[in-house]
Amino acid sequence: MAINPKKHEMPTQEASVRAHNFNEVALGYTEEIAVAEAQRCLNCKNQPCVAGCPVNIHIPEFIAQIKTGNFEEAYQIISKSSSLPAVCGRVCPQESQCESKCTLGIKFEPVGIGRLERYVADLHNSRTDIKAEAPESNGHKVAIVGSGPSGLTCAGDLAKKGYKVTIYEALHTAGGVLVYGIPEFRLPKSIVAKEVDTLKELGVDVETNVIIGKTLTIDELFDMGYEAIFVGSGAGLPNFMNIPGESLKGVYSANEFLTRSNLMKAYRTNPVTPIMKGGKVAVVGGGNVAMDAARTALRLGAEKVYIVYRRSLEELPARKEEVEHAMEEGIEFLLLHNPLQILGYNNPDDPRDPKNGFVTGMQCIRMELGEPDQSGRRRPVPIEGSEFEIDVDTVVMAIGTSPNPLIKNTTAGLEVNRRGGIIVNEDGLTTRKGVYAGGDAVTGAATVISAMGAGKLAAKSIDEYLNG
Amino acid sequence: MYRIVSKKPLNSTVTQMEIEAPLVAKKAKPGQFIILRVDEEGERIPLTIAGSDAEKGTVKIIFQIVGGTTEILNHKKEGEYLQDFAGPLGVATHTDGIKKVCIVGGGVGCAIAMPVAQEFHRLGAEVTSIIGFRSKDILILEDEFKECSDRLFVMTDDGSYARKGNVTVPLKEMLEAGEKFDMIITIGPLIMMKFVVLTAKPYDVPVTVSMNPIMIDGTGMCGCCRLTLHQDGKAVTKFACVDGPDFNGYEVDFDEAMSRNRMYMDFEAHAREEACNLFKKGEN
Repeated sequence: MAINPKKHEMPTQEASVRAHNFNEVALGYTEEIAVAEAQRCLNCKNQPCVAGCPVNIHIPEFIAQIKTGNFEEAYQIISKSSSLPAVCGRVCPQESQCESKCTLGIKFEPVGIGRLERYVADLHNSRTDIKAEAPESNGHKVAIVGSGPSGLTCAGDLAKKGYKVTIYEALHTAGGVLVYGIPEFRLPKSIVAKEVDTLKELGVDVETNVIIGKTLTIDELFDMGYEAIFVGSGAGLPNFMNIPGESLKGVYSANEFLTRSNLMKAYRTNPVTPIMKGGKVAVVGGGNVAMDAARTALRLGAEKVYIVYRRSLEELPARKEEVEHAMEEGIEFLLLHNPLQILGYNNPDDPRDPKNGFVTGMQCIRMELGEPDQSGRRRPVPIEGSEFEIDVDTVVMAIGTSPNPLIKNTTAGLEVNRRGGIIVNEDGLTTRKGVYAGGDAVTGAATVISAMGAGKLAAKSIDEYLNG
Repeated sequence: MYRIVSKKPLNSTVTQMEIEAPLVAKKAKPGQFIILRVDEEGERIPLTIAGSDAEKGTVKIIFQIVGGTTEILNHKKEGEYLQDFAGPLGVATHTDGIKKVCIVGGGVGCAIAMPVAQEFHRLGAEVTSIIGFRSKDILILEDEFKECSDRLFVMTDDGSYARKGNVTVPLKEMLEAGEKFDMIITIGPLIMMKFVVLTAKPYDVPVTVSMNPIMIDGTGMCGCCRLTLHQDGKAVTKFACVDGPDFNGYEVDFDEAMSRNRMYMDFEAHAREEACNLFKKGEN
């Protein structure tokens, strides 16, 4: 049988429809498509895809089960390596990980590994007859700080080994960036809640509203009997460009804009948490967070949304699929553009004019690419005299974050690097005995799956430390 | 869930509640704040801690009904529960080396100024308090301030009680008369704090202001609470939730902070109206 050279397409909502709702964009494979896509896997001997996966899911094995319709078996194979399959199937950058290594990809399009993972995870989650079971306790207690992807992964891996795990979450809902950052249309919150429920079935306790570094300190956790601690406290305070006008009303960090919409549900009609809806919006930055913010703005009712990015399409760090989706939905990309200042309304005759202090526009300058910089990417250089203004009333800064200082400031002996990231060794161990860390708290803003990889590594190290 | 242990109105728009939150109570210090959500669908609002009892495991909050959430909060009864109550957040008010302090509170800000005054009193500092209100009917906490202050000045804008005028009047008189404070700490409306700073400036007294910007997470994640400080001629962005809420009054850009706090004014007014209508319907 000849191999289909192309991946089976993911059924999606029409761009013109989805641009106006918060429902999931990608609808998922049907059983028929999933089996057909699985047939494309060559089941090659050296399995390069497994090495391409940060948590080393046994990819060919689970795909082989799909071929024969054994979907639950496929799920069980994935869940041996990953605590969050339904999440990863949606938000992993498979094109630069497992799928980039796929043997089929040398000649054709690689196997749609992420889409298959999502299919089996969704099917499993739709079944109410299967519950995860807590394994027999090994008597050890571990605390996890933060319930984002690294914390959930670390908790899941340890719980499966019999550890008594408690997750401490600062916000009121578990999930970290999966609930406050990634929008509903890309990752429905019910899926995150389901993954958290699975962990609870494994015996994991989740304590919300506890801010480690404030409500409790790392030292107090040890006093409470935890023998090891994993810190996955995530990204911290948003970065701004330090250009004039960033304090005007209508300028948001991406964290704030997305938190208002996602966690606080400001996208609903009559929300309790306000957000600026409609109008013209500029999102500054080119990562996945920028795409999420831009597409959220569109769905909130913006008449025009720009992505303003200082390099070219080639350097754009967001996932290709997200960029394509954004373009299809009508978001305009101002590539090789850099903001110089944000302009605001000011009525000199009336200091009480309610419009005072709101954004009216943004001045940008055109850029060109010069010599490569330290990152190997060509450095963007401003083109003199090319300044111009765009007419916007909301600006979202999506240019990264700096690590949160709360834990560092209250934990003696926990060292951080120049950027504030917690220093860890190759086992995920910090400079404090028994304290491990991973995810954005260590690396600065990165991906969900790399955070999961770090959580997994830490779980392995903690197990060796306590049981080795 | 966090139980409302007690509730009492301090005036027609200001209410005091004691909330059962043992972990927060154990750590709470004057100047810090909490974030709460009233119910499952509620918004997160920051409220400064107005006192705490580590033994009872309770935290006192005092709030003014200004928007939808505070309206809903005010309808909660003793014995009922709040959905979320997280903290203590922010940096506690610095007390080291301060032997003689002037506490200047305005309106509901007095609720936050009170535990600060009490703390200095407990530490043995000489405490002068100035508390100001628009009029007599919204006066709160006078007795509490009397107890912890060596001197107390009560002011009303309209002269309906005590002395007429705003809080800067007695402050200026004292400074003019050569009174030396190690620190002036002011908590209240932004415009009042701005004028306390301006009043103190010619006399070269350090002023700490307690900022109350709009917040969402309150834990150093969203950046909504940012404000600009002018330090050595440079504009520096700070975050009230982790760097504050106390700041050097001479450095704060008050005009910007006032503008930012007005961002959702229309929304809030509308939300409160909606909440009021909802409760009215419920009563009928």
